[in-house]
Amino acid sequence: MKHVDEFRDPAKAKVLLGEIERLVEGLEVCRKRPLQLMEVCGGHTHSIFRYGLEQLLPRAIEFVHGPGCPVCVLPMGRVDDCIALAARPNVIFTTFGDAMRVPGSKLSLLQAKAAGADVRLVYSPLDALALARANPLREVIFFALGFETTMPSTALTVLQAEREGLDNFSLFCNHITIIPTVKAILDSPAITLDGFLGPGHVSMVIGTAPYEFIARHYKKPLVVDGFEPLDILQSVWMLLKQLDEGRCEVENQYQRIVPDAGNQAALAAVSRVFELREFFEWRGLGSIDHSGVRMRERYACFDAERKFSVPNIRIADPKACQCGEVLKGAIKPWQCKVFGTACTPEVPLGALMVSSEGACAAYYNYGGMKRQETGTSACTGATAEPTEAVLP
Amino acid sequence: MKDAAVADPSLARIGPSMRKRSGKVRDERVTLAHGSGGKAMRDLIDDVIVGAFANPLLAPLEDQARIALTTFSALGDRLAFSTDSYVVDPLFFPGGDIGSLAVNGTVNDLAVSGARPLYLSCGFILEEGFEIALLRRVVASMRAAADAAGVAIVTGDTKVVHRGAADKLFINTAGVGVIARGVEIAARRAAPGDAVLVNGTVGDHGATVLKARGDLAIEADLQSDCQPLHGLIAALLEACPDVHCLRDATRGGVATVLNEFALAASVGFVIEEASLPIRTEVRGVCEILGLDPLYMANEGKLVAVVPGAQCKAALAALRAHPAGREAACIGRVVAGPAGSVVMTTIFGGERVVDMLVGDQLPRIC
Repeated sequence: MKHVDEFRDPAKAKVLLGEIERLVEGLEVCRKRPLQLMEVCGGHTHSIFRYGLEQLLPRAIEFVHGPGCPVCVLPMGRVDDCIALAARPNVIFTTFGDAMRVPGSKLSLLQAKAAGADVRLVYSPLDALALARANPLREVIFFALGFETTMPSTALTVLQAEREGLDNFSLFCNHITIIPTVKAILDSPAITLDGFLGPGHVSMVIGTAPYEFIARHYKKPLVVDGFEPLDILQSVWMLLKQLDEGRCEVENQYQRIVPDAGNQAALAAVSRVFELREFFEWRGLGSIDHSGVRMRERYACFDAERKFSVPNIRIADPKACQCGEVLKGAIKPWQCKVFGTACTPEVPLGALMVSSEGACAAYYNYGGMKRQETGTSACTGATAEPTEAVLP
Repeated sequence: MKDAAVADPSLARIGPSMRKRSGKVRDERVTLAHGSGGKAMRDLIDDVIVGAFANPLLAPLEDQARIALTTFSALGDRLAFSTDSYVVDPLFFPGGDIGSLAVNGTVNDLAVSGARPLYLSCGFILEEGFEIALLRRVVASMRAAADAAGVAIVTGDTKVVHRGAADKLFINTAGVGVIARGVEIAARRAAPGDAVLVNGTVGDHGATVLKARGDLAIEADLQSDCQPLHGLIAALLEACPDVHCLRDATRGGVATVLNEFALAASVGFVIEEASLPIRTEVRGVCEILGLDPLYMANEGKLVAVVPGAQCKAALAALRAHPAGREAACIGRVVAGPAGSVVMTTIFGGERVVDMLVGDQLPRIC
């Protein structure tokens, strides 16, 4: 555990927090409004809450919890498609554990399993491939989900299936890509984000170059960030340093894992198997151009969407949900009309309450105290918050 | 008359063998016949089960065990009565098996009331095709666990279900014990100022079972903490008679027990992340899989709430017992917010430790 513990050293954290406080005091913008830093990745959201980092940082720093939780942003219609596939006779439907509870319009996979579908939890797409080998008379479908982090392992699994000539293995592809979504958020009106904590594991694959446009075009600094508490504090410090010095650059705090050039072998496998979709639907954010991938024609025989008919019905997000506004930093999770009332982790209405990495679920599970300090009512909270100005 | 004379010797020959069977189970696997109520079932019970559990209360093989009331009244003024079913998968894991779990689990459910556990019942549900040799292993392990815990298994039941209708073997045990006069342990008694203790490292059982299932390619030296706690609890009560709350932290782990206490007593709990005893290997497994050891199952760990002034004495008593060597004080009870459990992280930040919506892991105990 040494490799983890050294990134959780409270003494080092104290030094960093002191430095952060000093920088915040000097920043002009912090005198007018809180500084808004978006952590793009759900893993960061989870760490921030798990270690209580928000309370340790100066009040002038506000985290905006970004769209980087693939389970959260999966639209209900796609979950319905999963269930339709899983309910086919002779299908073994395999999925990562955290997708089991995501609600579709009627059922979650967990409920479909209870109703008789053969849904199995796997830890890797290769586990699904092993199931296909062991059950040659059954169709094994893998629910492929996630950003560039999980795309390479799915791609390599397809290539392996092709080599073995397996004809009873396919993917239901829901891989998505983060860059177009960050761009869509930056293009929304009245955004006041001051900087980004870039996703560490995505960057391990894609490298740091794809973020350059954020610094160049949108003039926002970005620091690729690891997931331990000291990683996050150091990245916040690096962002503040850039703001203090008037710089807008892409920097890499997570150098022990992320090479600036990314992982070429992984990228090659990904581009061999996948191509961009024209658009993909995101729960809470709507349709975003080029934000999803699908399988290339050559691998159509491994594509469950082509191999079987899926209902592919678009289900609108519940009207009461304000996930999109939370994702853009316009409101805090607890300011949503249905937070903690109609929408809870037990019965999630909105995307962000679905997975433990979702911002609303994190607030609900970990964040009771801070909410009590600032007031729980959406109306009173919103008027007190300077972020009201950016409400669409 | 001559015909009758022919019939008589055959009856004479068959009769005794009908009454006096060999009583040995020769099958390698459980069949539906073993649950039919007939001879095959008798053989299974006599040979595999009763032989191993042998004790005077079980020996008459009536439909119930008969226990003199004076046995109980000599030890205290209240009976503790509890039941639990065991469906763990896999059946055998490092540090224990479903048999030791079924005995220790119910012994501990009794013991955390302050009771001295005395007698258990045992119901087996066997899936057709289950190996008799494995059943013998489980039964032997139950006997050993019962001996270690000072209890006797005095009545039982066996059912066989069709293949697929159960997963290999399920066990239910119920137990009775006696609570000594004056002992009053209850979740609602947690009060501000109380100290919160655990008797050792948390999450060992959950992590062990997860790894033993074999679908994770993880190498780690893990062992279940499956053990009886009545001896430890007796030692604790001797050092600190006014224990307010006790509960064994099985499914849902320490976090769930703390939430139950907080709700029952309408108080708040504050625990210190830095003081939680967690084995390095367990932390490693949890880090990799994104699990929280606070919610992982234990099978030999308790959470004790004692008056703050008695914390030191209670801790010393726990640590002096083999089942409590790594005991630690992990936090304290505060007035509010009522029903909440808050953890002070190693960083000095705070987070709420709520109950889980569902299981982190299904079927671990």
